[in-house]
Amino acid sequence: MKDEMTLAALREQINELRRLNANGEIDLSSEILLLEEKLRRLTAASYAKLADWDRVKLSRHPQRPYALDYIPEIFGNFYELHGDRIYGDDRAMIVGLAKLKQRTVMIVAQQKGRTPEEKKERFFGMSRPQGYRKALRVMKLAERFSFPVITLIDTPGAYPGIESEELNISGAIANNLQEMSQLKVPTIAIVIGEGGSGGALAIGVADRIMMLENATYSVISPEGCAAILWRDNGMISEAARALGLTASRLKELGLIDEIIPESLGGAHTDLQETAANLKEVLIRHLSYLSSLSNDELLKERYARYRFIGRYRILPKE
Amino acid sequence: MSLKDRDYFNVKLERQDDESLWLKCKACSELIFKKRVRENNNICPKCGEYFFLTARERIESLIDDKSFTDISKSIIADDPLNFIDSKPYLKRIEEAQANTELADALILGSATINGKGVIIAAMEFRFVGGSMGSVMGEQICHGMEEALRLNRPFILISSSGGARMQEGVFSLFQMAKTSAVRAKLSENKILFISIMTYPTTGGVAASIASLGDVIIAEKGALIGFAGRRVIQNTTGEELPDDFQTDAFALSHGSVDRVVSRENLRDELSKLLSFFLEAE
Repeated sequence: MKDEMTLAALREQINELRRLNANGEIDLSSEILLLEEKLRRLTAASYAKLADWDRVKLSRHPQRPYALDYIPEIFGNFYELHGDRIYGDDRAMIVGLAKLKQRTVMIVAQQKGRTPEEKKERFFGMSRPQGYRKALRVMKLAERFSFPVITLIDTPGAYPGIESEELNISGAIANNLQEMSQLKVPTIAIVIGEGGSGGALAIGVADRIMMLENATYSVISPEGCAAILWRDNGMISEAARALGLTASRLKELGLIDEIIPESLGGAHTDLQETAANLKEVLIRHLSYLSSLSNDELLKERYARYRFIGRYRILPKE
Repeated sequence: MSLKDRDYFNVKLERQDDESLWLKCKACSELIFKKRVRENNNICPKCGEYFFLTARERIESLIDDKSFTDISKSIIADDPLNFIDSKPYLKRIEEAQANTELADALILGSATINGKGVIIAAMEFRFVGGSMGSVMGEQICHGMEEALRLNRPFILISSSGGARMQEGVFSLFQMAKTSAVRAKLSENKILFISIMTYPTTGGVAASIASLGDVIIAEKGALIGFAGRRVIQNTTGEELPDDFQTDAFALSHGSVDRVVSRENLRDELSKLLSFFLEAE
């Protein structure tokens, strides 16, 4: 992005002035303050006008914080659990117990991997059937002990491979959708990066659905959509716009509950600030959801899903 | 809405007069008298190839003669995203409506199978690839609620490429919506039979179609989550010959049975008799 280069140059300039200032020969602090204010303003403006496709790229940014970056910032004592008890342990799906303000919660999160080796081990964040079954196993465990479930969504999609089909990935996803709709504990789903279609939804049926400011959530990737509907890879940006996949658009459409602000320039610029925002939102919603009886909770959740959809009703004759 | 639109919600199964008398089998290239194909369950009498079934033909092939009543809600697609690809979404819908004489990609009705009352729904692949958007999601849920209200089994015949892209996350969330309502059938001991045909893929496979109490694959079905090309491009894996076929689904435990088209109706009737008290 052109803006990114301008901003980088400005940052460089500020650092240069700081160095001169530190020498103590001249006082540059007012100049520095001015430039910092300009940087803040330009950054905000630049990110506010991002095209949807740029937003997708930001949600996939190589430096973007992943679930394992947020978890220690938000929760105490994360204690990972492994395996679906049937077939294997999917490293693209991490689950475990943790504390949020002294309260035990169950975390279910997708993890992409940072280094080439880790990316391979975690299938680039694409979960397989054993991952979805592991997620469901611990959600049922949480239900037995009345622990709220918090899911962090960040996946390009479910892993498309022979093994996935052999292990009935469709059935695994479908089963999670049905079971999560009935889970008798408060559930919160947050899209922290990429919300890739059914592979994201399979841990995304919840009492609250929220998104980080630069996260995306889509029925299909812009690349896939451009290939199918336009048969043209040049239309990816247009497809991204058409799909309405940004947090702000999905909030407007009433499909998500809240947008969680990121640090200026994207979550990767300040993990602590973004994590603090996440934590505040989690505590606030969990406190409300925990005040509901199981009946009320399930009724509200059912109503939410039962009435999702937009269609035209033809008037009676 | 024109009067014609209303007819879409009063689907009659009687076939319109076809202009052509002959069909060509795509497998053996034989020209066959159309009536003979129809009488043979839309299976080629020469080579056994299955002809493509419309949703109307599908339902008609499974239920008792003249037992069908359309119970769908009078709803049609909206365009919440103002989606335009090669053409505007609502234009695409209107064309599909004109081609299929259906309101959307699903027929829903009550009917009897060997005298047993059921709620039955079939997807129409010719309607935007049988894709599930808000209308199909709502009709399926309505069908399940009617099954619940009338204490009748619910039968869904899938023929779909998956979620309807043009409605974005609204479509994606229909997967969750149908699955949530499906859970109510379990709670209330209402039988749900899912029949997967060619093709049952993507978001439909990964939601309602995979949640049957009993899942039947029609012989020749294509069943899978991701498309062959996507899998090959992502993994570079060589796909086995039987990949995502009915036999593949059966041998990997994803479906209960594979049934040939001419036996589907009898199998359904037999299956229903295990679950329904004799009247």
